[in-house]
Amino acid sequence: MTATALTSRERSRRRREARGGWALLSPSVIILGVMVGYPAVLMVIQSFTDYTVKNKVQGTAPNFVGFENYVDLFTKSDFVDVLVRSLTLMVVLTALILFLGVIVAVLMTRLGRAWRVLVSIGLLLAWAMPPLTATVVWGWIFDTQYGLVNWALNALTGSSDWTNHSWLLEPLSFYFVLTIIIVWQGVPFVAFTTYAGLGQVPGEVLEAASLDGATGWSRFRLVVFPYLRSILTVVLVLQIIWNLRIFTQVYALQSRGGIAAQTNVLGTYLFRQGVGEFGATAAIGVVMVVLLLILSWGYVRTTLKEEEL
Amino acid sequence: MSTQTNVATQLGTVGFEQTIGEVGRARRPRRGSIGVRRPSPRKAVTRTLLNIAALIVFVCSIFPVYWMINLSLTPNPEIISRTPSFFPTHLTIGNYLTAWNREAAPGQTDFQHALLTSLTVTGGVLVVTLLFAFLASVAVARFHFRGRRGFIVSVLIVQMIPGEAMMFTIYGMVDDWQLMNTLLGLGIVYTATVIPFTIWTLRGFVAGVPADLEEAAMIDGCTKSQAFWKVTFPLLAPGLVSTGIFAFIQSWNEFTMALLLMKGYNLTLPTWLNAFQSSSVGGSVDWGAVMAGSTMIAIPVMIFFLIVQGRMTGGLVSGAVKG
Repeated sequence: MTATALTSRERSRRRREARGGWALLSPSVIILGVMVGYPAVLMVIQSFTDYTVKNKVQGTAPNFVGFENYVDLFTKSDFVDVLVRSLTLMVVLTALILFLGVIVAVLMTRLGRAWRVLVSIGLLLAWAMPPLTATVVWGWIFDTQYGLVNWALNALTGSSDWTNHSWLLEPLSFYFVLTIIIVWQGVPFVAFTTYAGLGQVPGEVLEAASLDGATGWSRFRLVVFPYLRSILTVVLVLQIIWNLRIFTQVYALQSRGGIAAQTNVLGTYLFRQGVGEFGATAAIGVVMVVLLLILSWGYVRTTLKEEEL
Repeated sequence: MSTQTNVATQLGTVGFEQTIGEVGRARRPRRGSIGVRRPSPRKAVTRTLLNIAALIVFVCSIFPVYWMINLSLTPNPEIISRTPSFFPTHLTIGNYLTAWNREAAPGQTDFQHALLTSLTVTGGVLVVTLLFAFLASVAVARFHFRGRRGFIVSVLIVQMIPGEAMMFTIYGMVDDWQLMNTLLGLGIVYTATVIPFTIWTLRGFVAGVPADLEEAAMIDGCTKSQAFWKVTFPLLAPGLVSTGIFAFIQSWNEFTMALLLMKGYNLTLPTWLNAFQSSSVGGSVDWGAVMAGSTMIAIPVMIFFLIVQGRMTGGLVSGAVKG
């Protein structure tokens, strides 16, 4: 008798707790449902239709076209070029940012306090620059007429070869400038994160390794690196995703003189399709989402495991 | 919503304890513990080389920031010159006055109005996001119920869905709701963008405050809600401040959706800056004013970055370095 009473009280307490929990979640659930869930589903549906702005204005229903948008995307447009370009750029950016970031982090551990603070301030400011502002400044540094780089190259080579050299006209040199901007802003995050990770390596372990004769590189590879592995994995996945999502820097550099058609990445390619062909652009969006979800799956899984959820 | 605008988005939970300073402090004994070092010539050379490397990193990181400020304080004729001036020898604040006061063409926006727009949207997003995310994080960290894990997993996944991939679908929705080119429309889009990260981060903060504290307060006679508001909430204040700053930075810097949804008079600061600098193609752009405008946009972000610095990185790795 007492037992059942307790269970029923316990049950009602649980029910109350569940109701309370969901009540607190509801604002977030609603906004995420309406602004992320709903458009995601809508986009998938639209990607199988020939929905255009005409349907929208006239209020007519679009036709179901099956995989036509996807087939067209991969066979009749330059999407594949853009995809390959984006992926290549992503690989280069990620490799550079990770490499330089880890080097800077290791450097920071070997500096005195004053120098370390100085380096941290520099990195922090680079990181804090809004991407658009950064692109404006870098764009000016590489400016065709008044750019610092052209001036410096002229001064260094003692010639005037670089006068009016356009850095943004050629796609390759456009990407060179873009890479500098993104790497410049990307390194601080990796450096700080890795530095924090390096702080977790127990001193005794390193000491023991030194006593056993491990020096320099082998100490880093065999002793420090295993401690860093999980951090670096997360950083790697985040960099892959972020570098695949770049938009602002590419767009702003294009408006400074790059040729959009030759320098588009996924984000700007989609943006430049413009409002109109909703079905076709939805297909691009679906491909992007699927690609990023696949790439970030590792991060989601690692995080869930680490957080013991 | 490009890479670095989103720099704060996916950092995961933010740990209280892992500020950079503390990590640095924690490391110090190790350096000393390796043994007393007698200064040898070789050591001195290494030290000098390391310091040179540090100087290079510092100069490379800070130079564009310096260059922006330098140009913003330099009179225009000296900016438009084949020989760059490395210091603002003829210091002027004229560029700032120009950027601040310059009137826009009819139907376009000027700096002051763009600032007002940005502040309104950002402020609204901040308040709504913090409120919603706070409620959700309390639910997730303090309540046990069916669907809790599912919610956390979806938040994590939503964080990874690039909002800009759905830009035209969202454009269509906003248009259907008659919210095109309105602050409300943009604010809703931003809130949805910022909220997953905010929930994720705040969850870490709420979970970091031991529930025992609340229980102790309840034993001392507080009700559950009193215990929460009087004991846990004050301890969460730092978490609310730093997540709030992340939300601020993100909406302040957001570019893609603002570019798509806002026109003419309603541009936010980044889109204003973009319009301001792209009118340059004809060569008539006032570069000093562009740099002054850039500086004014960047400064609030830099200040906030300095405030929250260590928390940003600590957060990401707090899960990963537990072992």
